[in-house]
Amino acid sequence: MSSETGKILTTDGIPLEESLKQAEKKNKIKAFLLVAPLLLFLIITYMIPIGDMFSRSIDDKMVTYMLPKTYKAMENWDGKELPSEEVFEAFYLDYKILVKNKTAGKLQTQLNYEKNGFKSVLKKLARKQKKFEEGNYKEQIMKVHKRWRNVEYWRAIKRRAPSYTYSKYLKGIDMYSNEDGKIVQVSEDRRIHRILWIRTVEVAFFVTLFCFLMAYPIAHLLATLPMKYSNLLMICVLLPFWTSLLVRTASWMILLQQQGIVNDFFVWTGLVADDNRPEMMYNKTGTYVAMTQILLPFMVLPLYSVMKTISPSLMRAGKSLGATPTVAFFKVYFPLTIPGIGAGCLLVFILAIGYYITPALVGGASGTLISNQIAYHMKSTLDWSFASAMGLMLLTGVLAIYWIYNKLVGVDNIKLG
Amino acid sequence: MSKKADFVKFDKVDKSYDGKVLVVKDLNLDIEEGEFVTMLGPSGSGKTTCLMMLAGFETPTNGEIFLDNNPISNIPPHKRGIGMVFQNYALFPHMTVFENLAFPLKVRKMSQEDIEKKVDKALSMVSLGGFANRMPGQLSGGQQQRVAVARALVFDPAVVLMDEPLGALDKNLRESMQYEIKHIHESIGVTVVYVTHDQGEALTMSNRIAVFNDGKVQQLSSPDKLYEEPVNSFVAEFIGENNTFGGEVSEISNGTCKVKLEKGEIIANPISVKSVGEKTTVSIRPERALINPKDKMDNNQKGKIEEVIYHGDHTRVRLNLLGNSEFILKVPNSSQNLDIKLGNEINIGWNSHDARALDPK
Repeated sequence: MSSETGKILTTDGIPLEESLKQAEKKNKIKAFLLVAPLLLFLIITYMIPIGDMFSRSIDDKMVTYMLPKTYKAMENWDGKELPSEEVFEAFYLDYKILVKNKTAGKLQTQLNYEKNGFKSVLKKLARKQKKFEEGNYKEQIMKVHKRWRNVEYWRAIKRRAPSYTYSKYLKGIDMYSNEDGKIVQVSEDRRIHRILWIRTVEVAFFVTLFCFLMAYPIAHLLATLPMKYSNLLMICVLLPFWTSLLVRTASWMILLQQQGIVNDFFVWTGLVADDNRPEMMYNKTGTYVAMTQILLPFMVLPLYSVMKTISPSLMRAGKSLGATPTVAFFKVYFPLTIPGIGAGCLLVFILAIGYYITPALVGGASGTLISNQIAYHMKSTLDWSFASAMGLMLLTGVLAIYWIYNKLVGVDNIKLG
Repeated sequence: MSKKADFVKFDKVDKSYDGKVLVVKDLNLDIEEGEFVTMLGPSGSGKTTCLMMLAGFETPTNGEIFLDNNPISNIPPHKRGIGMVFQNYALFPHMTVFENLAFPLKVRKMSQEDIEKKVDKALSMVSLGGFANRMPGQLSGGQQQRVAVARALVFDPAVVLMDEPLGALDKNLRESMQYEIKHIHESIGVTVVYVTHDQGEALTMSNRIAVFNDGKVQQLSSPDKLYEEPVNSFVAEFIGENNTFGGEVSEISNGTCKVKLEKGEIIANPISVKSVGEKTTVSIRPERALINPKDKMDNNQKGKIEEVIYHGDHTRVRLNLLGNSEFILKVPNSSQNLDIKLGNEINIGWNSHDARALDPK
């Protein structure tokens, strides 16, 4: 019967596929409802902020909205010579409104970013424009300050015309687009971000390496010790994990400062002279030490969970087959722990690359990372769009690492527990 | 070339893990070259510990183990040249079957050509010719087992140890693997020390069986002797089925003895009783007691049938005999069947030779 219609039917005569779909529909709805709260949570707390961050980082509408008439008038201006009277008039009218609304300060700041010295010129204009007479605004404005005769300043205004810009991203890697619209590097003494990026990657890399070197033996011990001792060791590993991050960082400050316990010990053992105590804090050393200790559990736990599954008889088999303990370790045991190593390294690296509190407290000037720079722009300069741009660059970097890792090792091979 | 009778020798070996309890007590065991010896015993009897000491993963607390007359206690496992098949196979999951087998050869720095030859040979020996490039995870339990056996043999070790290698397989596969391992042993003549708690496995495969209990070898003999002539009641209990009577020796002479039970008396073969008045356990194999015996037998008793269980090739009959309601008979299902019905009284007879008076339980 079923072969005649080409479809398999259930005993009631409904096509099997349809019947199955209906039977599974309920389960699908149930499954969706179960994940719905998480999905909603992720969208609200993660997707939307990231979207907002992105739009902020490229948003440049502020100036565009402040000078609507000017930009309309500038549409036909080629930017080679001074603009026409039309543009001067439009700018005067726009600026007049801004001064009246007491929002001229923002424009002054923004245009000063674009061209140094713009602020004072604009301030002077704000004072003088009250006495302007109607007509021939070009002459009147140029009379206020000679810089208004410089076409460079007008070009600076024109550059801010588009409502979107990638200049924040360029700034993040110490580049900018100059007056001619070419992308060039900033002068050498102002290249700070690239150093920070390199330092961030470097610190994250070495912290990951140190964590790996320290966590591997610990995890191995944890996985092989009898339950009685391994539980105790596990608590020792997790205890710092349960302590507040701030407390741990503060305790490192106590240990590492120049009159601190570690330095006292070095002096006592005679390793260093009392008047020549090494600086272990407020530099990269402090960042390395504190971050390694803080991130260690993130390496130990995935390694441990993988090592726990490796049967001890495999090492025995290796030895009974004639391999020395070293060979058996590198040929048998080590390759089997790679999923754990991958998971641990990925976790620690990604955490380290965006680390903030510890470098801020013990890093000093030479030990701060890109996240500290982001925080600085968030809190001090209030350049949120630049902070957003750098945050997104960091996120892109992390995703890139994840992608490379997936290509090399395969994310399916990760074992977190 | 004569075979060495003490190729592997345990000499007064003691082993303790905690300094309080001896897991292995005064073990003396000689294994002949090319022999298949099984260490059989319940769990916790010390048999695996003995194997681990031989492999080098445990050290004897006292005594010495000799391999081909050389003491090996101070030789690390990787230098002993002993192959081992583990309980859970212990195949390297990240290597192919070929790489698994090549592993012992590679660490011995053999040439690639020799390695390929040897691996091919070993794989065809366990009839897994086409499986060289599979990963262990893609093989069934039986195939993994064969790979493990091939890997333990591929580097021509003098001794191969097997630690309950068939424990994880289902019944049919286990039986066919038993024959396969036995045949491999026969064809290449390697010395095998096999550990199991499955007596059927031990009886099928071994030249000799060492029955372990409580850290001691209870009996070391060939499978038939072990079954037919157990030297103590533990071995009699542990190997095969067994009907027992507890009693006291009332008379002993000329290779027979009379044992007085609570109800009645039986004539038995004194194995470990020496004098009158000793307590003893008499052991009779179920198949040695016959219903309505035609020949004259020196023990004749009447019993009441309490249970009949049909087993296909034979029928198990449970009787109440001389106050023992657990007396089991195995009756072959032949055409001329006897009158076995629940509640019937039947005559049971056995030779005093088959009723072994052993140590009391």
